[in-house]
Amino acid sequence: MTEQNPILDMRGIHKRFTGVVALKDVKFRLFPGEVHALMGENGAGKSTLIKVLTGVHDINEGTVTMEGKQLAISSPLEAQEAGITTVYQEVNLCTNLSVAENIFIGREPRRFGRILWKEMNRRAEQLLAERLNVSIDVTLPLASYSVAVQQLVAIARALNISAKVLILDEPTSSLDANEVRELFTVMRKLKEQGLAILFVTHFLDQVYEISDRISILRGGEFVGEYLAAELPRIDLVLKMIGKDLHLLAELPKSGSKEESRNGEAFLQASSLGRKGAIEPYDLNIARGEIIGFAGLLGSGRTESARLLFGADRADAGELTVEGTGGKIDSPRQAIRQGIAFCSENRKTEGIIADLTVRENIVLALQASRGWFRTISRKRQDEIADEYIKALNINPKNPEQLIKNLSGGNQQKVLLARWLLMEPKLLILDEPTRGIDIGAKAEIQKLVLALSRKGMSVLFISSELEEVLRVSDRIAVLRDRHLVKMMTAEEMSHENVMKAIAGG
Amino acid sequence: MWNRISKHHLFWPLMVLAALLLFNLIYKPAFFSIRIQGGHLYGSLIDILNYGAPLILVAIGMTLVIATGGIDLSVGSIVAISGAVACLLVSKSADQNSLGIVLTAVAVSLGLAIVCGLWNGVLVAGVGMQAIIATLILMVAGRGIAQLVTSGQIITVSSNPYEYIGAGWLALLPFSIFIVAAVWLAAAWLTRRTALGLFIESVGSNATASRLAGIRSRSVIFAVYIFCGLCAGMAGLILSSNVSSADGNNAGLWYELDAILAVVIGGTSLNGGRFYLSGTVVGALIIQTLTTTIYMIGVPPEITLVVKAFVVFAVCLVQSEKFRNVLTSKWRKRRYQAEREVTHHV
Repeated sequence: MTEQNPILDMRGIHKRFTGVVALKDVKFRLFPGEVHALMGENGAGKSTLIKVLTGVHDINEGTVTMEGKQLAISSPLEAQEAGITTVYQEVNLCTNLSVAENIFIGREPRRFGRILWKEMNRRAEQLLAERLNVSIDVTLPLASYSVAVQQLVAIARALNISAKVLILDEPTSSLDANEVRELFTVMRKLKEQGLAILFVTHFLDQVYEISDRISILRGGEFVGEYLAAELPRIDLVLKMIGKDLHLLAELPKSGSKEESRNGEAFLQASSLGRKGAIEPYDLNIARGEIIGFAGLLGSGRTESARLLFGADRADAGELTVEGTGGKIDSPRQAIRQGIAFCSENRKTEGIIADLTVRENIVLALQASRGWFRTISRKRQDEIADEYIKALNINPKNPEQLIKNLSGGNQQKVLLARWLLMEPKLLILDEPTRGIDIGAKAEIQKLVLALSRKGMSVLFISSELEEVLRVSDRIAVLRDRHLVKMMTAEEMSHENVMKAIAGG
Repeated sequence: MWNRISKHHLFWPLMVLAALLLFNLIYKPAFFSIRIQGGHLYGSLIDILNYGAPLILVAIGMTLVIATGGIDLSVGSIVAISGAVACLLVSKSADQNSLGIVLTAVAVSLGLAIVCGLWNGVLVAGVGMQAIIATLILMVAGRGIAQLVTSGQIITVSSNPYEYIGAGWLALLPFSIFIVAAVWLAAAWLTRRTALGLFIESVGSNATASRLAGIRSRSVIFAVYIFCGLCAGMAGLILSSNVSSADGNNAGLWYELDAILAVVIGGTSLNGGRFYLSGTVVGALIIQTLTTTIYMIGVPPEITLVVKAFVVFAVCLVQSEKFRNVLTSKWRKRRYQAEREVTHHV
């Protein structure tokens, strides 16, 4: 394989945004028939490199050679025509169009300028069934399917273009274990057919399971290119972080946590439920307790949390906060009761893209104070500086628009927004999704520290290790039911997996 | 330094305004002359401010609505209703010159304008209708109401206190300019000195996330439509007072479009989010200057709209950063290489 010519060769790539150097002399090679993992922390430049390759951004310097010919990619369409297609981290599809339309959009089968709808639906079904092992009604709008299926449709769409280079940008971050396995089967098949696959992920297991080669970026610079078989895991992590940090090992195991809970209940939900979202469930959260929510995607984790926050209205059951009964009908009421909620959908339910970091941080506090009790600009600056320092938000400029920050840093800004409220219960829905190891460990540590100060935390995550590590108790959900409440003694990887699987 | 100036959101609107004024200066130097006559300032520039006052008012209200991601098509009709009601009340009264009558008329029509805004707010925030459809209802119905009020006739008034609103003078300047300044300051204070501006921008940028952050999006949306209605109501008073008559058919016709244009020229995105009140004022002044210029240079009436459209098109192109980049890219590349060569030699 090493003797082959690379199908794609990027050299000396520089990319500058106003005031920021995103890529500095980066090189990247991709050989036909390989899966090449591109690794790096948040802000390392992975996304920028991919956007350069797919024509979303122009490069300032450097060359891109594909099959021996130099390319000047200046638009996503040109990249597609050159045979480079991408599935982005956050699904970029039109959810109100049908599945088939999404797959064929822009390339619909036509005769005499008329779209052949039947032909298109048939081919979409065939494509999904043969290459992804998914059989769904392709005429339904995409919005009627789960995020996991949407992701597969996005991949199908990319496959449908006669691609030579397929870029998968965090395709697995919203898939469950089975779906990941299916995806890997597809990837192996495509690899055999000679397709070159660029794979970006934060899951180390997946990197070693599927990739042949690994390239590492750090802070916009190229660190090195390695054969996966020859690069030990620990070396990979160290090269990504760039310092000798056994971040994850430092965390105390959940079992060793001091048993200082006084058992005073903060929140009690009895038979709380909402039709079509989550069956009625009971839940008690004590002061300072960390409850983990484990379960597959679509098991009702998010839905049950949303009821506690009033983001959706419960149509059954009762919620008691600190002994005062009554329903929480809106986020506003929940916030007044001392509850905070960090949504899993950072982009659509978290950040206010057009506003600055400072404004995003003070937003919830200002909202709770109303129009006229304003926070002085001086105080706002102090708050922003304090949290930027405390949570290590990068860049350190509070006047930067939040949309220009990387995903991990946006997440930290949202955390700052809620920590500023000094909530009594903090609900974190997938707080570490799409975030690098360093930031992940920081957030986990933060959660533990907060609980020691008496804050209750509801921690939802797809990563079981993480849930096990931080939680005092774990609620396991399956098929929109809360099936089991596990105490610290019962909690183990095996037990939780069994409860999730059921039967 | 240059970079900071040219990146400022007011830079391009001001450049366009300057270009328009420069054209006038060359075409007719007398354009800039301002003379004092009977204790009042007279001149084309004063006229632009005076006649532009209603548009600026409507555009200020429109800015806040657009910032929340909405739009208000009904402002033109509210202008007509407010003028018609005020003129009707004054004309029916026994003593048209009575200050009390005029104040009552003003209060009633402003109250009606607020009700109109409230109606829009109910449809958009309460019922959840799309803003463009919701306000279209009042745009059509409101024009009908104005015609009902005036019985399809032009109502004329002869009332000194009423005339003062749109044609009176305070110190050296037309009174309408003071109204505009007051509303502008009030809007700026409300949005920048209270947290309302932050909430408006937040709701306009991401309504779902704003709700989850605890913002009462509905009351914010209610507030901006009511404010927009009130602004249109005041504009209607100035407009009708200026000509001492109310015309239900034509008063405020197409105002919504000019106002939206002023907002966009001022740098506020139609997608909502960040808004610029000062940009809007400059945008409205650009439109008014353009209208004045077209009349002054004697463009035949039948092609006035074409000329206006062409200039507006050019203004929008200049405003577009993408277009500017395309225009200057060649020149920039050359400059860049030259710089590199120089550094090589050194």
